[in-house]
Amino acid sequence: MQEHDISFVRAEMVANSTPPAAERGIVRWLRTNMFATPLDTVLTLLGLLLIAYTLPPFIRWAFIDAAWTGPDRSVCATIVQGGLQPDGWSGACWAFVNAKFAQFMYGRYTFGERWRVDLTAILFVALLVPLLIPRVPYKFLNAVLFFGVFPIVSFFLLVGGWFGLAYVPTSEWGGLLVTMVLSFVGISISLPLGIALALGRRSKMPVIKVLCVVFIEMVRGVPLVTVLFMASVMLPLFMPAGMTFDRFARALVGVSLFASAYMAEVVRGGLQAIPKGQYEGADSLGLSYWQKTGLIVLPQALKLVIPGIVNTFIGLFKDTSLVYIIGMFDLLGIVRQNFQDSNWASAQTPMSGLLFAGFIFWIFCFGMSRYSIYMERRLDTGHKR
Amino acid sequence: MSSPDSASHAGASARGSWLYDPQIRGIITQVLVALALVLFVWWIIGNTTDNLRSRGISSGFAFLDRRAGFDISQSLIDYTANSTFGRAMLVGLLNTVLVAVIGVVTATFLGFLIGIGRLSRNWLIARICTVYVEVFRNIPPLLVIFFWYLGVLAVLPGVRESIELPFDSYINNRGFFMPRPIWGEGAWLIAVALLAAVVMSWFIARASYKRQMETGQRFPVLWTSLALILGLPLLAFVVTGFPLTFDTPSLGAFNIVGGLDVKPEFLSLYLALSFYTASFIAEIVRAGILGVSHGQSEASYALGLRPGQTLRLVVIPQAMRIVIPPLTSQYLNLTKNSSLAVFIGYPDLVQIGQTTMNQTGQAIEVVGIWMAIYLGLSLATSGFMNWFNAKMALVER
Repeated sequence: MQEHDISFVRAEMVANSTPPAAERGIVRWLRTNMFATPLDTVLTLLGLLLIAYTLPPFIRWAFIDAAWTGPDRSVCATIVQGGLQPDGWSGACWAFVNAKFAQFMYGRYTFGERWRVDLTAILFVALLVPLLIPRVPYKFLNAVLFFGVFPIVSFFLLVGGWFGLAYVPTSEWGGLLVTMVLSFVGISISLPLGIALALGRRSKMPVIKVLCVVFIEMVRGVPLVTVLFMASVMLPLFMPAGMTFDRFARALVGVSLFASAYMAEVVRGGLQAIPKGQYEGADSLGLSYWQKTGLIVLPQALKLVIPGIVNTFIGLFKDTSLVYIIGMFDLLGIVRQNFQDSNWASAQTPMSGLLFAGFIFWIFCFGMSRYSIYMERRLDTGHKR
Repeated sequence: MSSPDSASHAGASARGSWLYDPQIRGIITQVLVALALVLFVWWIIGNTTDNLRSRGISSGFAFLDRRAGFDISQSLIDYTANSTFGRAMLVGLLNTVLVAVIGVVTATFLGFLIGIGRLSRNWLIARICTVYVEVFRNIPPLLVIFFWYLGVLAVLPGVRESIELPFDSYINNRGFFMPRPIWGEGAWLIAVALLAAVVMSWFIARASYKRQMETGQRFPVLWTSLALILGLPLLAFVVTGFPLTFDTPSLGAFNIVGGLDVKPEFLSLYLALSFYTASFIAEIVRAGILGVSHGQSEASYALGLRPGQTLRLVVIPQAMRIVIPPLTSQYLNLTKNSSLAVFIGYPDLVQIGQTTMNQTGQAIEVVGIWMAIYLGLSLATSGFMNWFNAKMALVER
């Protein structure tokens, strides 16, 4: 057996040959991802057709043919409509957004005092950004500053009337300022209130449980518009004669109560997902109800429902646009109101203004949802097996 | 503050003070809360009656029988300015239901399409669907309504330059005009035929299911039902001598005459609610399909089922169980969002209620009616969906 000549066995490996042209590079990618089956091919072609039909005209409208600057509506209207543009022209009227930008941000906030809004915004960003980045230290101090000190400081800054600052009534606030203040206060009220309602709903005391269930189901069953109407029409009726409520405060009450009912349901979902053993473990350690809730149950429950909580925040942020109905001008409301300005009335104005407002809303909401996804991954301490 | 049932045998006497007995503390807390609530409500009622008296408003629902005196631009039932406030509210309720039902159907269709598209292996389709979802989920519904109402429909050409569409339809800044079908003599027979066909299909489906369970033989239910539902009304149509004519809209000097007109308010509300809600439904559908484990479809392939059958018989029935509960809340959201009609003047329940409120000053009653109706609609929708959910739910042994 050993005499066999085995010299025909190869000593070295054959180099890999490249795959056929149809199986590599972009061709392969296209074949598997866009043209795998006849149906896929048809769908791809339809998709391409859709893009070709919508995207170039949109880019042309929004960028190439757009009127970027101008003193009044003439730059956004064709000659027939009494403007400067050639007939058949169609383009975005960014000049409108440009001219009204300050109004979109501050509303009718007194001109000389607008630095106060800017300062509040700077404080907000300076405190929020380190709070959101997990690596930055001093989280507790930061949170105290953000949720404790910042609201007080910004209240005095924005409202004024103290320390030599001129008083600016809330009826003159508007634009993004109103949207942000409503959202911030709404979020900071609705989260604790929602947690309290959720705990109440799971309470074993029948009176408290029934109260919470009735409140949650009533509020969740009706649209926000009716809640706002209630806050604006019925609150003055409920209060003793002569006691008036700021319109801004009414909107805040309405929006916060509305969001807290939804928040309660989200938190309840988290509470229900905590295994019974956790409650029993806490009981056997001799913890009181509040210790058990605050140290064992809530941290786990809230972590589970971060996506739901952030979704409620996003919903609240979007819902602030409804305060227009009770005569307040948030970002969308003030954009809408400016369409009636005869200086800027043109066929392109509404679309441009709405796209601008939509873009701002979109950035905030999209940012929140992305951050929640990031946080969810970070806090996922691995219950996976 | 702890649970009352943990106040067991050890009890109060061992601890020394009844203050530490959880059961007694629970009762005291509840009594205090109830007392505070009663006082608060009493205070509010007192204030309200004072305020109402000083404003000279008499409370009660008597105003519903008074003459309304305002016109409503779109009504499903007969309504004039001489009708009562009660009838006006009914018109509003019907308009709310109309836009909600049509919106729910469209949003479901669109949402399923986009949700499945986002899971497509086709890169381009998946991308387009993702962009759609991310755009519409992150902007306020009111903005979408304004987009259609102010951005698109309001800048359409006027009546004289109406855009002509196929089938004698026109679209201009006053809405969408299409031929109105006029049913002639004997048309009721067609409706009866349609009803009969639906009932027959239902019985056939039941009988065939029973037969399949007993013998394993299948009966082409889908094709038979389709043939029945299309065929019987068609037959009735022919037998009764084609009792259908169309009132086509025609371009007049100042307006379009005749035909069925769909007002821009309705159109923009309907389009906006459908587009907005579709993005949420798409995400729900996607989550539902992803929630069915791979093992299910692999097992199905191993049994020799084709991909289409796997999707239809294995994946979708299981995905539906995950999808239905959140889908219900989206339907409710759409119904509630239809109240945004008040921003563009579509005469829905809230808009007519607001007009009523302004004319009569009966704020509390109108808000009460709103709450009762929306709560009723919510309960009805969730009741129906719960029934449907129970039907679809896993039958466990």
